[in-house]
Amino acid sequence: MIEHGFETVVLWTDACFFLLLGAFAVGALHAWRRPHLRRSWARVGERPAGMAAMVVLLVFLLIGILDSLHFRAALPPTAGQTETVYATEVTSVLDVVMHRQRTDVERTYSAPLATHAFVKETVELPDGGQRRDFPRLVHGGAHLEDAAQDHGADIASRLMRGAAVGVGLSLLAAAVLSVFNGGAGRLIRGQTQLAWRSAWLTWSIVAVVAGMLLSLAQGYHVFGTDKVGQDVFYLTLKSVRTALMIGTLTTLVTLPLAIALGILAGYFGGWVDDVIQYLYTVLNSIPGVLLIAAAVLMMQVFIANHPEWFATAAERSDARLLALCFILGMTSWTGLCRLLRGETLKLRELEYVQAARAFGVPTVRILLRHVLPNLMHIVIIALVMDFSGLVLAEAVLSYVGIGVDPNMASFGTLINAARMELARDPMVWWSLAAAFVFMFVLVLAANLLADVVRDAFDPRAG
Amino acid sequence: MWAYLVRRLLYALPILMGVNLLTFALFFVVNTPDDMARMQLGVKRVTPEAIERWKVERGYDKPLFFNESAEGGGQLTDTVFFDKSLRMFVFDFGAADDGRDIAREIQQRMGPSLAIALPTFVLGLFVTVSFALMLVFFRATPLDFWGVVMCVAMMSISSLFYIIGGQWLISKVWHLVPISGYGGGLDAPRFLALPVVLGVIGGIGSSTRWYRTIFLEEISRDYVRTARAKGVSELTVLFRHVLKNAMIPILTGVVVVIPLLFMGSLIIESFFGIPGLGSYTIDAIQAQDFAVVRAMVFIGSVLYIVGLILTDLSYTLVDPRVRFE
Repeated sequence: MIEHGFETVVLWTDACFFLLLGAFAVGALHAWRRPHLRRSWARVGERPAGMAAMVVLLVFLLIGILDSLHFRAALPPTAGQTETVYATEVTSVLDVVMHRQRTDVERTYSAPLATHAFVKETVELPDGGQRRDFPRLVHGGAHLEDAAQDHGADIASRLMRGAAVGVGLSLLAAAVLSVFNGGAGRLIRGQTQLAWRSAWLTWSIVAVVAGMLLSLAQGYHVFGTDKVGQDVFYLTLKSVRTALMIGTLTTLVTLPLAIALGILAGYFGGWVDDVIQYLYTVLNSIPGVLLIAAAVLMMQVFIANHPEWFATAAERSDARLLALCFILGMTSWTGLCRLLRGETLKLRELEYVQAARAFGVPTVRILLRHVLPNLMHIVIIALVMDFSGLVLAEAVLSYVGIGVDPNMASFGTLINAARMELARDPMVWWSLAAAFVFMFVLVLAANLLADVVRDAFDPRAG
Repeated sequence: MWAYLVRRLLYALPILMGVNLLTFALFFVVNTPDDMARMQLGVKRVTPEAIERWKVERGYDKPLFFNESAEGGGQLTDTVFFDKSLRMFVFDFGAADDGRDIAREIQQRMGPSLAIALPTFVLGLFVTVSFALMLVFFRATPLDFWGVVMCVAMMSISSLFYIIGGQWLISKVWHLVPISGYGGGLDAPRFLALPVVLGVIGGIGSSTRWYRTIFLEEISRDYVRTARAKGVSELTVLFRHVLKNAMIPILTGVVVVIPLLFMGSLIIESFFGIPGLGSYTIDAIQAQDFAVVRAMVFIGSVLYIVGLILTDLSYTLVDPRVRFE
């Protein structure tokens, strides 16, 4: 699909996402250079749960990054054309990787791995007659000559092939890890400093499962298709990016507000403190969902009234996603701000801050050198802990109708579209199951990491 | 105590005023009433007359803050800000888009909301506190470990899953209770059982973990060690000493929620078709009925502030050291 060249497109969320990744990289480098920060992160890595969670999150992150590299493919040149013309549709690298799943659209519902449609249709018989039957799918299992006979064997052989690739990847990882950790024996007995065995086991499971899914996906719709015949596996993977965006971009708003206002209120006290406290009490006293609802309603009005700002549908849903992150951030900075204010109040009275003030160190410098670094553990803990809550919130918000754009793939829209179908008989369960399982794995990994990070960074713990 | 209460209520006024201003800014300044009308009437084919009619119907045709054409006090009272924002302080919310009076609607819907939210709250508190006490009693054993693992897993499951899964299993497969709906009188428990149980299950994960942390913090204190040294049994230590002293952090999180129970639960009510305030809010959001959303925001913050005051009062009940200044 990109044989004629392409033009890269950087959506606003992409830019913010990569900016955030860059900031994380800088932060990681900074932590690497400071022994005490390195020790804290090492404590995270020493816990098997921490390593396992990080591997899972990195896999999700990889999917999210692939889906954030956007471009517009060039259309095939026509005669007499001097300039290249690009498609209006914005595609991502993930779309290219999953080209098959994206374009192989069935007519309507089909069960996972099915060869025949889910609902009966009138089928033309070779002798000219008609019959009500389940028609063959256009793409799912289309390579099978005799669907009834070969179906099971074909699935089994694909599973084997996928698993073999997964095992290969797992062995490769084991080899690499063994080299760096002084032999395979130490890795398998779990005698390494960091919990590499847990990381390797998690990676093996992920690799085998992913291998099987991808190998099946070459011939079937692994998770079935939805109402308009789109591949649910593809939609689920697209949802990962939305979930990551909501979970991470929100912090772009929360952190600056919470840190700046929290430190100011705690350090200066007096009327500054009063104003900031008043601000967050007001925001806090409005129930979260209602405030978000009110803000999102207003955003919808704004977007509807300014159609000229958004050239493509992708840009519009992207703007809506970014605005949603902004709104979520504006409504959720208060908790962290209060924590930071309290901690700053304590720090302000400590001897070294008092001494710095007595020596006439400028206030800005005191805040940046002596106060801020000693608040970072709270910030990191809050960051990781908020992530899972935000991912879960997205689903609920989309259900209420104040989430991401209905055309954007997300766990919320998947669940929302599929929940009415449970009333059908037989039931259409696969979209729901796929969305819930993926969301569960992502949130579970985030929760586990949050626990480990809290234990490692909280000075009060153990 | 009365002096304290009056002072707290007076403190609440500027906060409510802030909420009021914030919602006013959100609903009338970010987008003008014209924008809202255009959105609701369909952006493309809309005539200026239709917009004007829409605004007059809702009383949005007046100036925002200052009415030059009116006389005397009318210059300030005959405005959108006075009509739509300040009137909320006397719980006059005007009419919804379907013409019904919002205040009356809210009164009628509070009952069903409470019928769901109150049992969920009480039962949930009982279940999670007992579960947390059990985990603390068996602390540092495999039971505690797997209990925490279960809590983390339950926290990671979307609340939508509990509801959808529960409806499917209990109502559709086992046919134990109706799938949704609401009835008064003796019929009510049949409809309420499932939403209440699902609401409780949905909260187990995070609440249990939170209470467990509080109890663990309390159990490592000196007075607990002293009690044990005197030969007090572990169960007595847990219930008489730890639970009692953990009341302050528990109340801090719990009491503030009680007034908000009136608002009901958005998701559960809408899934089970219960005619409470939660489903009212969701319907209003989906129908973009701005007046209702505005009213709910205001009521929500009033209830929250009531909750904060109740929290402070409740401290005196459990801790004699806390006194009103």
